[in-house]
Amino acid sequence: MADKVEGAAQAAESAPGMPQLDFSTFPNQIFWLVVTLIVLYLVLSRVALPRIATVLSERHGAIQRDLDKAEEMKRSAIEAENTYNKALADARAKANDIVNEAKAEIQKDLDKAIAKADLEIAAKAAESEKAISAIKDSAVQSVEEVANITANNIVDAILPEAADTKKIKVAVATRLKG
Amino acid sequence: MAKEEAGNGLVFHPMDQFEIKTLFGDGPVHWYSFTNATLWMGLTVLAVFALLVLGTSRRAMVPNRVQSIGELAYGFIYRMIEDVAGKDGVKYFPHIMTLFMFIVFSNFLGLLPMAFTTTSHIAVTGVLAMGVFLSVTILGFVKHGFSFFGLFWISSAPLILRPILALIEIISYFVRPLSHSIRLAGNMMAGHAVIKVFAAFAAVLAISPFAIIAITAIYALEVLVAFIQAYVFAILTCVYLKDALHPNH
Amino acid sequence: MEGDIVQMGAYIGAGLACTGMGGAAVGVGHVVGNFLSGALRNPSAATGQTATMFIGIAFAEALGIFSFLVALLLMFAV
Repeated sequence: MADKVEGAAQAAESAPGMPQLDFSTFPNQIFWLVVTLIVLYLVLSRVALPRIATVLSERHGAIQRDLDKAEEMKRSAIEAENTYNKALADARAKANDIVNEAKAEIQKDLDKAIAKADLEIAAKAAESEKAISAIKDSAVQSVEEVANITANNIVDAILPEAADTKKIKVAVATRLKG
Repeated sequence: MAKEEAGNGLVFHPMDQFEIKTLFGDGPVHWYSFTNATLWMGLTVLAVFALLVLGTSRRAMVPNRVQSIGELAYGFIYRMIEDVAGKDGVKYFPHIMTLFMFIVFSNFLGLLPMAFTTTSHIAVTGVLAMGVFLSVTILGFVKHGFSFFGLFWISSAPLILRPILALIEIISYFVRPLSHSIRLAGNMMAGHAVIKVFAAFAAVLAISPFAIIAITAIYALEVLVAFIQAYVFAILTCVYLKDALHPNH
Repeated sequence: MEGDIVQMGAYIGAGLACTGMGGAAVGVGHVVGNFLSGALRNPSAATGQTATMFIGIAFAEALGIFSFLVALLLMFAV
């Protein structure tokens, strides 16, 4: 029993239980820690962090630029759409104009043709009327002539001495008018 | 203690991994000698260098994986300082970044098998915490002079309570470096010691499957803790910095 | 014999000190649980307060770490 305790005590002496509390190694650790921290600080503050900062800000700038460009492209696309719509509207208006013009021209031609036809019809009607009236006149005349001849013949037959062509003609004319 | 149990096959050496040894030669540890602590601190510097300098050397507009991680770390710490310490704390960004990168890489490298965890030593974390404490206190006095004591004299509290509160505030102010350093060292030490204890249990056939599963689980927890402790160290540094920059709350 | 009693006391003390870690666990759980219940009520405000939660966790955990340290000191340094 005593041996064991002694052995443990010796072990504890040769290597203390907690290496963390072995003060003989402290100067070594602290020295190397300070060296490490200084090296690390110099590396980080001189090289690594500025580089990462520039990379990040460059990326941020690039993203911002791309976004701006996209915005601009969107704007130009909207503009193009507007001009397209305007051109479409213009073309539509022009087409309407053309259609209207053509319609008006056709109307004019049509009117002219109608007027010409009307004139022709009127002329033809007048001519026919004239012809009809001539025929009518000649018919009336023929009737008168026939009536005169008939009357003359009748008068000749009944009263030969009373025959007076002129008087009979007047009488027939009055009779026909009446 | 370890020797007496050697015969049983169950050997506990949970603290051996924290021993500081000279790597070249057998002599005692002088302040200049190249020890395993020195080696792992150097590896930490190399790892940070690889991540933040070599990883970003292409300065690519579209980052690759390593560069993304570097930028992520940058943005993470930058935003944290902005949120906690305010806009004027950003001036001290390189200092806090140095602390954070050193601690986080020490913690992660310490999780490698056979590695040495520099941050598990009170000497290391104590220097870090004392450095933060002293520089923040000096900064407070340089920036605000005598009115820095307004940090302890809470003007929004009733007058009768103020001396008591001032006493509490002063005590908690001076406990800061202690808790700041012991939290980090204690967490690292505890996790590694627990893993080592379970590793010793793994030598016993009957419970070795359980022990190995437990090691895996604790290891996963330790990965989380390694990051969280670095984060907590950095964020508490930011809180102290905020107190120095705006002592009147 | 005396050395044995001292060692026994140290070990018992170390075991008792470890109960403090349970307190730290309760504290950390309390902090995170309350944070979560608050965060679920108002998720938009939660993201800004994660840093505060971690500070709270750190303070609660530090005391547990102190008890662990006491246990270690009793085990190895006394």
